[in-house]
Amino acid sequence: MMRRQDVGWWLLILPAFLLMTAFYVAPIAQVLAISFTEPTPGLGNYERLFTSESVQRVIVTTLRICVITTSLSLLLGYVLSYRIALASPSAQRWWILAVLVPLWISVLVRAFAWVTLLRRQGLVNETLIGTGLISEPLALVWNEFGIVVGMVHYMVPYAVLPMLASMREIDPRLLAAARGLGANRLTIFGRIFLPLSLPGLLAAGVLVFIFTLGFYITPALLGGGKTLMVAEWIGLQILDLLRWGLGTMMATVLVVAILVTLAIFSRLVDMKRVFGGGGA
Amino acid sequence: MMSFQPGLFARGSAWVVAMYLLLPISIIIPVSMTDQRFLSLPKEALSLQHYATVLNSPEWLGSIWQSFLIAVVATGIAVLAGTLCAIGCWRLSRRSTNLIRALMLLPIIIPSIVYAIGLYRYFAGLDLLDRFMGVAIAHGVTGIPYVVITVSTALAAFDPRLEQAARGMGASLMQTLRWVILPRITPGILSGGIFAFIHSWDELVIVLFIASRDVFTLPRRIWDGINENLDPAMAAVAVLLVVFTTALLLLDLALRRRRAE
Repeated sequence: MMRRQDVGWWLLILPAFLLMTAFYVAPIAQVLAISFTEPTPGLGNYERLFTSESVQRVIVTTLRICVITTSLSLLLGYVLSYRIALASPSAQRWWILAVLVPLWISVLVRAFAWVTLLRRQGLVNETLIGTGLISEPLALVWNEFGIVVGMVHYMVPYAVLPMLASMREIDPRLLAAARGLGANRLTIFGRIFLPLSLPGLLAAGVLVFIFTLGFYITPALLGGGKTLMVAEWIGLQILDLLRWGLGTMMATVLVVAILVTLAIFSRLVDMKRVFGGGGA
Repeated sequence: MMSFQPGLFARGSAWVVAMYLLLPISIIIPVSMTDQRFLSLPKEALSLQHYATVLNSPEWLGSIWQSFLIAVVATGIAVLAGTLCAIGCWRLSRRSTNLIRALMLLPIIIPSIVYAIGLYRYFAGLDLLDRFMGVAIAHGVTGIPYVVITVSTALAAFDPRLEQAARGMGASLMQTLRWVILPRITPGILSGGIFAFIHSWDELVIVLFIASRDVFTLPRRIWDGINENLDPAMAAVAVLLVVFTTALLLLDLALRRRRAE
């Protein structure tokens, strides 16, 4: 029930609500609608999920890269968060800066740096050839390897933030007590630290996975057009092939996949852990 | 009490990960100062010629200026709408406003490619393709979540009884906003503004779809540069961008420290 004295507060919400509806929700709703209406009304586009080999290949490639990227980002992010959580407060500040600076540096700059390093005449290949370790340059970029290297680099900071938040809630006296009682480091980590940090690990996994699913820029720049992930494939359908029906169908599948992932995990994890840590 | 410390292996691997995060980005600094005409490390001397190329190029300067203007307008839209919305949701605080807050987070959750293709079609009907205002609106709307998050965080630490007291003593809603609520959450608003600004300044996917010739932002020019000609001027641009982003980030950290005090 809306009370009279609340009207003013509702009016404050109004501009954002109208902007969001007119310029965000409406264009996206249109995408969903087109997937059912073009080129002919019906479920024809969705049929391609089961019949088209190229559609299936894109989905499989995307899922494979997502799973690899998520696992590696979680592993590297965990190592980093573990170190940060147990560091002294002054050291923590520096470590966190080392995570935050890459987080906010343009994704384009980072992709550019990786291209500089990994291409055929890049610094890595030149150094390896210079030292005589290899005679032919290695194919380090413009393939799936390059995509994973760049994506993991992008995602590690996102993995660190929720994990670090949950590790900080672990009472350090627990660890000290276990040590005092004679447990070795491995036991303390495996029996106390790891189980207590699991909520953060799970939240980080959800976050990284859904970000990776729809990622456009890094795969497009480091994949070199041969390894296509879903987002680049959608762009290709719309801009180059003008196949709106197919492109919007895949976009809809992408959105549904993300929302379903979120819905499943919101029963297991507190979503505030996933989105609350955005600015550290 | 003896505190628990990670072992040698854990410390070592954390350093390796930190290097993986930072070294590739820092490699662009020496590359940008190369004396060669192609992308490489400096051979004989350090040179600033590639910075000179960028700063004397009307194309690069034009794109930088355009990106800046778009980011300013977009930040204005995001801060105004986002702040008011966060305050309204905080004060009303019920099921429907929680839903509205979740709606405001959508641009972070839904991949920009989906929004970009939708907008491509939607803006064609409104004659907003390749227009300054079109890009500014798109960036402003997608910047709202950053402001809503930071302002909501700032409001969570605000005692709602202050607002009730002000209203009880006869202050109007506008007076309460102006004199009681806004001063308390200014650092949160500024933080949100900084993030919304960086968001617009760096945004590429939407621009790729809704702008082509007249609106050619800095990220768009970098994108073309990486795809077409990898020359050291790109590295110079990249360094300038990193310096700019880091400066904004440090500004934000300083604001947070002040808020914490």
